[in-house]
Amino acid sequence: MKPPSFAYEAPEALDDALALLDRHGDDAKVLAGGQSLVPLLNFRLARPARLIDINGVPGLASISERDGTISIGAMTRQRTIETSPLVASRAPLLAAATRWIGHPPIRTRGTIGGSLAHNDPSGEYPAVLLALDAQVRIRSQRGERVLGIDAFLGEWLSTALGPDELVIAVEIPIGSKHATYGFAEVAKRHGDFALAGVAARFTLDGSHIGDARIVAFGGVARATRLTAAEDAIRGRVPNETLFGEANRAATAAIDPISDLHATGEYRRHLTGVLVVRALRQAFGEA
Amino acid sequence: MNTLHTVRLTVNGTAAEVMVEARKTLADALREDLGLTGTHLGCEHGVCGACTVLFDGNPVRSCLLFAVQAAGHEVGTIEGLARGDELHPVQRAFSEFHGLQCGFCTPGMILATVDLLEHTPQPSEDEIKEALGGNICRCTGYQKIIESVQGAAAAMASGLAK
Repeated sequence: MKPPSFAYEAPEALDDALALLDRHGDDAKVLAGGQSLVPLLNFRLARPARLIDINGVPGLASISERDGTISIGAMTRQRTIETSPLVASRAPLLAAATRWIGHPPIRTRGTIGGSLAHNDPSGEYPAVLLALDAQVRIRSQRGERVLGIDAFLGEWLSTALGPDELVIAVEIPIGSKHATYGFAEVAKRHGDFALAGVAARFTLDGSHIGDARIVAFGGVARATRLTAAEDAIRGRVPNETLFGEANRAATAAIDPISDLHATGEYRRHLTGVLVVRALRQAFGEA
Repeated sequence: MNTLHTVRLTVNGTAAEVMVEARKTLADALREDLGLTGTHLGCEHGVCGACTVLFDGNPVRSCLLFAVQAAGHEVGTIEGLARGDELHPVQRAFSEFHGLQCGFCTPGMILATVDLLEHTPQPSEDEIKEALGGNICRCTGYQKIIESVQGAAAAMASGLAK
């Protein structure tokens, strides 16, 4: 339960961090909040030759609003996001989901960029950011690029991030004022890895549902949009009958894994139930 | 690879210096290099909460932080709470309300409680559960811990009123 040896770098400027990543690429891991990486090191499930600690890099931890977008620096701590008035008013789904990540001492250290780059299939942030149609700003010595979250997320802890690249910010479109959301998750204990979860964002078109983005996570290879459930409710009037249709469409569409925590069949059933809970949060017990 | 790093930090208000490998966790440096064995290690992967310390005033898992990362930072441990022989009100409440049996989880429980009461002096039962949800106790069944936190909140409120 002690980490293997590694070389430690603590750059104090973004350019220095990118230069280190460029030089050491595949042999290095970036240390952000460390709440997923350090357990992997302690178990010796990961053995990087070098850690590049970016906690001392300035300018990566801020939350700002500009041109209809909320920009959150990669090193912004989950606890900062949880308590940010700007996030609460402009991206309330993100604030609600943050309270489901681990426990307060975990969220003190854990970062949004780290959560995304780690891309745990049971992680809340990849799912929420997919529901919010976020963009990921990525930098390397080769330059900067912006990827849609769907293209960024790979399967089973993988992402589109190159070995020399660093996530520097996440950008969330604020979108319509007439929007609502739901977030529901089941874990064996609060703060444990999700057996299954659903993050969803909807817009309202009068008394009808406008756009719908419903994302399942936990027990699947990556945060996954339940497009069949979205199609089933788009343009319709929210009520319990419709929520039942969304449940059936969701459970027909996904095929979660079985492991020692739960069977795939249970997770599938649970995902349908969580879709209904998220819809009730968003629209009330219609 | 086994390079030693000199780390200067502040522990319980006092300047400290350790020479550590980069892979040494803050928890191990506190215990082995500084002799502060009040910080307990249970799971060593961030789940049990026994190793919770205050890092620049915020609760963190000291098993998930490397000692090198504490350079220039302020660490608060269980040893820093009492004033001489006078226990901190949270420590006194855990004793009075039987918030511990074997005591292994207690340092983490107490530091998480100190942080909670600093931000939320009169927490509801749900707020207590949320704040301590990441601290596992295998003896008490938690009821006495919740009563201890409530007792500490009451004692600190009346202390302020005096």
